[in-house]
Amino acid sequence: MKKTDTSHYQHFLNVVDCQQACPAHTPVPEYIRLIAEKRYTDAYLVNWHSNVFPGVLGRVCDRPCEPACRRGRVEESPVAICRLKRVASDHKEDISPFLPKIPRNKNGKRVALIGAGPTSMTVARNLLPLGYDVVLFERDSKAGGMMRSQIPAFRLPETVLDEELNYIIEMGLECHFGEEISSLETLLQANFDAIFVGTGAPNGRWLKIPGHEQGGDKIQTGINFLANVSFEHIKGVPDKVIVLGGGNTAMDCCRTAKRLGAKEVNVIVRSSYEAMKASPWEKDDAVAEGIALLPNYSPLEYIITDGKLTGMKFEQVESVYDNMGNRCLQPTGEVLIVDGDLVLVAVGQDTSFAWIERDIGIEFNQWQLPQLNKKSLQSTHPKVFFGGDAAFGPKNIISAVANGHQVAISIDLFCQNADPVDERSDSSFNLVSQKMGIHDWSYQSVIDHQQRNLVPHVAWEEAVKQLSTEVELGFDEKLALEEASRCLNCDIHTVFSESTCIECSACEDVCPMDCINFIEEANDGQMVKQFKVAELNKEQPLLISAPLKTGHVMVKDEDVCLHCGLCAERCPTGAWDMKKLKLNNTHATIKGGVNS
Amino acid sequence: MSFIKSTFKHPRLPKNDLGLTYRDYEGALSTLCAGCGHDALTSAIVQACHELSIEPHKVAKISGIGCSSKAPNYFLSKAHGFNSVHGRMPSVATGANLANQELLYLTMSGDGDSASIGFGQFAHVVRRQLNMVYMVANNGVYGLTKGQLAATADKGVKNKAGDLSLFSDIDLCVMALQLGATFVARSFSGDKKQLVPLIKAAISHKGFAFIDIVSPCVTFNNHNGSTRSYDYVHDHITTGAVADFVPVKTEITSNAQEGDCEDVCLHDGSIMRIKKLNEDYNSHNASKAIMAIEQHKSQGEILTGLFYLEPTASDFHDINDTCDTALNKLEQEVLCPGNRVLSGINESFR
Repeated sequence: MKKTDTSHYQHFLNVVDCQQACPAHTPVPEYIRLIAEKRYTDAYLVNWHSNVFPGVLGRVCDRPCEPACRRGRVEESPVAICRLKRVASDHKEDISPFLPKIPRNKNGKRVALIGAGPTSMTVARNLLPLGYDVVLFERDSKAGGMMRSQIPAFRLPETVLDEELNYIIEMGLECHFGEEISSLETLLQANFDAIFVGTGAPNGRWLKIPGHEQGGDKIQTGINFLANVSFEHIKGVPDKVIVLGGGNTAMDCCRTAKRLGAKEVNVIVRSSYEAMKASPWEKDDAVAEGIALLPNYSPLEYIITDGKLTGMKFEQVESVYDNMGNRCLQPTGEVLIVDGDLVLVAVGQDTSFAWIERDIGIEFNQWQLPQLNKKSLQSTHPKVFFGGDAAFGPKNIISAVANGHQVAISIDLFCQNADPVDERSDSSFNLVSQKMGIHDWSYQSVIDHQQRNLVPHVAWEEAVKQLSTEVELGFDEKLALEEASRCLNCDIHTVFSESTCIECSACEDVCPMDCINFIEEANDGQMVKQFKVAELNKEQPLLISAPLKTGHVMVKDEDVCLHCGLCAERCPTGAWDMKKLKLNNTHATIKGGVNS
Repeated sequence: MSFIKSTFKHPRLPKNDLGLTYRDYEGALSTLCAGCGHDALTSAIVQACHELSIEPHKVAKISGIGCSSKAPNYFLSKAHGFNSVHGRMPSVATGANLANQELLYLTMSGDGDSASIGFGQFAHVVRRQLNMVYMVANNGVYGLTKGQLAATADKGVKNKAGDLSLFSDIDLCVMALQLGATFVARSFSGDKKQLVPLIKAAISHKGFAFIDIVSPCVTFNNHNGSTRSYDYVHDHITTGAVADFVPVKTEITSNAQEGDCEDVCLHDGSIMRIKKLNEDYNSHNASKAIMAIEQHKSQGEILTGLFYLEPTASDFHDINDTCDTALNKLEQEVLCPGNRVLSGINESFR
């Protein structure tokens, strides 16, 4: 049994599950506390620093933080973190006075960004205040990338997106819209010190089954369809629309088709309903809007009658799992015919690197993704960096933003002749006591059972009438404050000091969650047997002290600690204290891969 | 501000035979000083009652006055309770027990309550062999009145204000042994591994069970020079035997160390399994127990553990040959049969 290393922030960050789960390590409890104090502008700025697009993400984030939320371990549902983010965005005042100042004297380094998606824009936002000249190339006529082309207006109003993109563009970003880069080699010869590739995963996958060729323009990829709707190239759809696929793109396609006048929209998925990749709330909303989701059907062919697409043929399948837990689809023999005049194929998307010459020093792996250093996201060509979907295939906006932070640090180091990996600095951290008095903490330590608040939405029959009607209305102030009070303040840590502990067991006795154990030193297996509740959630860390005066050790199971502070209130000697974790550079805490 | 303990509980908390978790045996959140030994004692009682699957409504908590006597408020909030007059807990407990012998009497007292103002009451309830668990939270000072030395403080120690203890101390365990208690033990609030089995055994024991619990006062008696501070007790505690409590329904399996163990069957069929650590240890001889206590004290050690156990003892009701049914369950006519019966009795004396 080894004492927990508390000299590094990692132990503490692991305890703040939402922040740890957020790829950009957004200080979630910090901004929720600010919302609880009605300091919406401050809450927005905390978000803006970490995730760059709080208004966008407050609506359409994948929310990896919510399944991680500690409240979800002791109650049915986690805190509605994403909706609270939107509250900060909806209720904030003018933030322009608080935006970073852009130096008039530039540092002489020029950086090119290819693609104007979330990663590129993050890189631009982080580099412009440092004095870089940043030049953006985007093939579309506006910035935003997939945030604009693939997320329909009823989920993300254009004004919200424009506002947050403009904060960055107005920092002095040199934008070249409608300019598609067709050769990286040519660009490398231009006068740039570093180049960032953030071109996303723009190619929708086709389903090449019989009838695919004859279907013509009545078969479209989902992302093309959404982009064409977004840029108003498509303004209507036929009566019967079939959507293939079970991800969020499929959900956006079916809901968009409904709004463009389709009378019958069927979404057909190969997997089971539960295994669909779409976020649960997206599925719920689609069903609420009267769209049929048909799981467990595998497409056989497009039905072409008189040279025209009239429907599709499917066979029913069963999901069978083998010993290894791998899914295998077995046909049941039942065949289903679905009528349709338009098929939207949303079964995946790929990167597109035809414009990158293969002999300029950039290596690609077997999946045709660039070979990158996980920490710096630098390619095998030192000047070229990748991030977002272009680097790792389709993920989500918040992962893209996290990559943007990583890349900005790397490009800054590279341009200052430092090594983006070896000379990368880590964040320092502080733990600040929150004690205000014997029973007084600077945060709301009293906790109670409280059900999650549901976000209000426009009536479903109204919602489907117009493309630009935003469905969710967001929390009003009352709901927002109620929901904010559900946060358990996991970033306010129980910090233990061995030297002052007198082993009176007061903390152990008072802890409502039985997290604290004073036990005899033993190996890990024996240790757990001495716990007050021996069943462990192995994904959660333990805080193990050094041996105390009697030779016993304090072991705290962080699993269901609710940060109520009773241990610290009961401690007669102040051996426990509630201290807030302050990371001095959250961007530097983002390391490697996408999800860490 | 947190004067209320959260109703959240660990989702994987074990349940006892009644389907209750230990949280169902708690009381109000303690208002004693942070770090008070009495809170650890409270928690040990909660644990013991939970593990024995005691029905909370079949318990009566009775106490006198003092920090210790506040403690019943902090456990078993669903039990009956009576916070009585200073030093008079034994009388109230006796009355309650006479009226209803079916309840479990968990009583709490302190060094002042039992060794000073209530010393006479203490002596007589021991003599009476009342079926109860008598727990004394012993910290050697009067915490509620700002730390004056109690009668149980060792001679020669100083209190926090610097006053010297001039008189010999009263050892309540020795007193209880002399007066014929049938279950006598001493423990330390900071050692639940020892305390919980002792409380369980005391509950299972029929007759008078006495446990003296050294329970440090963090505010007034936790300084250097105190013999009741956490540090002093941690350093000077010793035990003659490790006692483990084996509940009735547990199958008794032999293990390799059985040679060193002595099993004592308690009234309800549960077993007190005693593993000797000291060769002289003997739980069946009250006078030897007194000697052992005094001997360790002269060496500056605090002897803890089970001192004496007479598993087949009689209690007050046996001795007085009272009726088997609790008085409060008797019908009015049976309890008070009226003039005709009274005159019959009077007639028999003529």
